[in-house]
Amino acid sequence: MSLKLEEKAISSKQQFEPLIVAFCCNWCSYAGADLAGTSRLNYPANIKIIKVPCSCRVSPNFVLRAFQRGADGVIIAGCHPGDCHYSTGNYFTRRRFTLFANLLEYVGIEREKFKIEWISAAEGNKFATVMNEMLDSINKLGPSRKLRDGRWIRQQ
Amino acid sequence: MPRIGAFVCWCGTNIAGTVDIEQVVQAVSEMSGIVYVKDYQYMCSEVGQNLVKTAIKEWQLERVIIASCSPRMHENTFRKAAKAAGLNPYLVEVANIREHCSWVHKNKEEATKKAIALIRAAVAKASLNTELIAKEIDVENRALVIGGGIAGIQTALDIAEAGYQVDVIEKSPSIGGKMAQIDKTFPTLDCSACILTPKMVDVASHPNINLYTYSEIESVNGFVGNFEVTIKQKARSVNLEKCTGCGICTEKCPSRKSKSEFDEGLRTRGAIYTPFPQAVPNVPVIDREHCLKFNTGKCGICEKLCPAGAIEFGQEDVLVTKKYGAVVVATGFDIIDLDKFGEYQYQNHPDVLTSLEFERLTNAAGPTAGKFIRPSNNKRPEKVVFIQCVGSRDVSSRGKSYCSKICCMYTAKQAMLIKDKYPDIEVYVFYIDVRTPGKNFDEFQRRAVEEYGVNYIKGMVGKIFPAGDKLIVHGVDSFTGDTLKIEADMVVLAAAAQAKPDAEVLGRKLAISTDTNNFFTEAHPKLRPVETHSAGIYLAGACQGPKDIPETVAQAGAAAAKVIGLLSKRKLVSNPCVSVVNEDLCNGCLSCLKICPYDAIAAKELATNNHGITSKRIVAKVNEALCQGCGGCTVACRPGAIDLKGFTNKQITAEVDALCH
Ligand SMILES: Cc1cc2nc3c(=O)[nH]c(=O)nc-3n(C[C@H](O)[C@H](O)[C@H](O)COP(=O)(O)OP(=O)(O)OC[C@H]3O[C@@H](n4cnc5c(N)ncnc54)[C@H](O)[C@@H]3O)c2cc1C
Repeated sequence: MSLKLEEKAISSKQQFEPLIVAFCCNWCSYAGADLAGTSRLNYPANIKIIKVPCSCRVSPNFVLRAFQRGADGVIIAGCHPGDCHYSTGNYFTRRRFTLFANLLEYVGIEREKFKIEWISAAEGNKFATVMNEMLDSINKLGPSRKLRDGRWIRQQ
Repeated sequence: MPRIGAFVCWCGTNIAGTVDIEQVVQAVSEMSGIVYVKDYQYMCSEVGQNLVKTAIKEWQLERVIIASCSPRMHENTFRKAAKAAGLNPYLVEVANIREHCSWVHKNKEEATKKAIALIRAAVAKASLNTELIAKEIDVENRALVIGGGIAGIQTALDIAEAGYQVDVIEKSPSIGGKMAQIDKTFPTLDCSACILTPKMVDVASHPNINLYTYSEIESVNGFVGNFEVTIKQKARSVNLEKCTGCGICTEKCPSRKSKSEFDEGLRTRGAIYTPFPQAVPNVPVIDREHCLKFNTGKCGICEKLCPAGAIEFGQEDVLVTKKYGAVVVATGFDIIDLDKFGEYQYQNHPDVLTSLEFERLTNAAGPTAGKFIRPSNNKRPEKVVFIQCVGSRDVSSRGKSYCSKICCMYTAKQAMLIKDKYPDIEVYVFYIDVRTPGKNFDEFQRRAVEEYGVNYIKGMVGKIFPAGDKLIVHGVDSFTGDTLKIEADMVVLAAAAQAKPDAEVLGRKLAISTDTNNFFTEAHPKLRPVETHSAGIYLAGACQGPKDIPETVAQAGAAAAKVIGLLSKRKLVSNPCVSVVNEDLCNGCLSCLKICPYDAIAAKELATNNHGITSKRIVAKVNEALCQGCGGCTVACRPGAIDLKGFTNKQITAEVDALCH
């Protein structure tokens, strides 16, 4: 990144408080987030977690709804492929959202703003790293306005 | 709008230190539906729980929000409290403002804002919660123990003694595990076989225990109380019932090339063999890879000699499927391969041994009948060097970052055993640190130094050079900074303990997780050390992390207690958060049926009567006893006819909206 761009990113960061909605499966990633907490690993307060039983419970509708209502990024986190508590749930997540990410990109939501990550219950570190990185890239990209519902005003 | 009460926990300073409780209480009291807010230092304490119970009654609360630690920690506590106060437990929601907020954020203003947002989401969800009633499911009152080491043996005995049926699956031909290989045991130096073999016999003769040796897990289905496990009994080629264990076959087998696994390759064995004389069951097995009959079609001496007619070359692997209420994993550990530690010459020199080989070498029942000699020339060594932490506490890719925990103690034990028999042998121990916490452990290690005169040298060995019939050990004494050259006759390497190579595969079959080192993960590092995240599956012994025998036995007893607790319940309450089909919306496409991992969805024919004309259509139907509540079907459903109780589309959308407030 050029120096100028970086400056811009930094200055816009001051006004821009991104919101990232994280859907975490109960068995791996939610527990991974708990472990990040127990290990006192810092990640930004912009990330807000919603617990779901399995990543396969997350409907594309929820993701769209989040972008509509002003989220700047959405992340779905589940068990590593092969480790799903329900055996095969995360395979469906992977397939569904590989397609869905294409659609999002097509309508103008950058790849960095919608992510799927596999984070196990033992990976508190990974949880914090992934969240920090996601926020960094969203800070650089700026707010997501593509799908935003104009009538909905997000309070900071 | 239901009447909602919110309870904000300080968790001492854990939450209150980073989250401004007063501000949170103020903000929450303004949220819609909230009729009561209370904060308290420790909401999970009895006083805290009573606050919740009283408020439910006094304020006729219809929903309860607990803003506290993770729901994985105390959701159940508060659900029980709500139930005691007459509220359906599923009307309680937890906002995780500790693990997901106060512990990960430093800025008080930001953390306070986030806490409020998380509570707002919980309020939004809770207002859509409905009463859920848990169903009861039957419990199969038989337990399965995987692994027949001391951990599995102790667990099986404890469960069987409580009056329940137990099946033990052991991969190798005999139970016993590593403890059967060990010579003497720290910290008392009593003989391992003397304390283990009686237990092995108890297992074999207990009316409630059923042994499956030379067997493995093929597949696991089902859930707590109702596991369905398929066991593969590998072809032993010897009939277990007919064999009398006389041993003629093993004696006369002409194939002598295979290395004995039990003796760590220090001795050869026949193709038909019993791993060790005290094996349970005392029935040999044919190693088909090395058997002449299987390879050339000739031989068959064992068959001709067997007085009981027990040899069955035609045996095939058998699959057995059985139901169990609970499963205990006790598959133990291994020591690492030393092929990446070339500097110690393990691969090149017969007098460089692993700690486990050393145990066999000093064992009276071992390859040398307990005579302490060098494998290279059968002479007694004069100088022996032990090297600790070979691959332990080693962050490079060839080692393990953790401490293997047992090596300091068994090295002290092994050094003492030498000195005890042959006081004139010089013994050196290279160590990084000596770690001997445990009852009578430190005293034990000090005895090695003070009474037995073992030379402990703090420092690592750089390289070993074979020179003639000696091994020149180049090391550094890190106290003096001196480089040392010791002309040793034997070197013993305390190789790091590691997880079983198939732990991950087994973990997948059981749907339990392994940590970064492939040891199985317990449900909580402090409070639930023998449980896994999968209900009904427990851990015992070194499969969960390196452990000595006392710890292993303690954990085995704990796992048994958990199993007994589970099996003693005739019924279990099932998770009521299952899928439901709205038959009016269902169009019968059955996409849901195809993706359900539990076969919990079936097609159902629905007859509708429309002004006297009966028409039939297909809809999906959920079997609540089988549904585990993953929710995958809800997303696959195109008309949106399936929803997941407790995590409905509306509830999750409400949470999203609330977070994006
Ligand atoms: C050199 C050495 C010396 C030691 N000395 C001492 C000592 O003096 N005192 C002390 O307290 N401790 C000592 N220990 C530690 C002791 O060996 C362990 O604490 C103990 O063996 C752990 O028991 P376990 O049953 O958990 O595992 P293991 O003994 O490893 O037993 C596991 C069993 O499970 C079976 N198994 C594995 N995978 C499967 C599968 N997939 N399906 C079915 N079965 C399976 C294995 O074949 C084995 O029989 C020593 C360890 C070593 C390496």
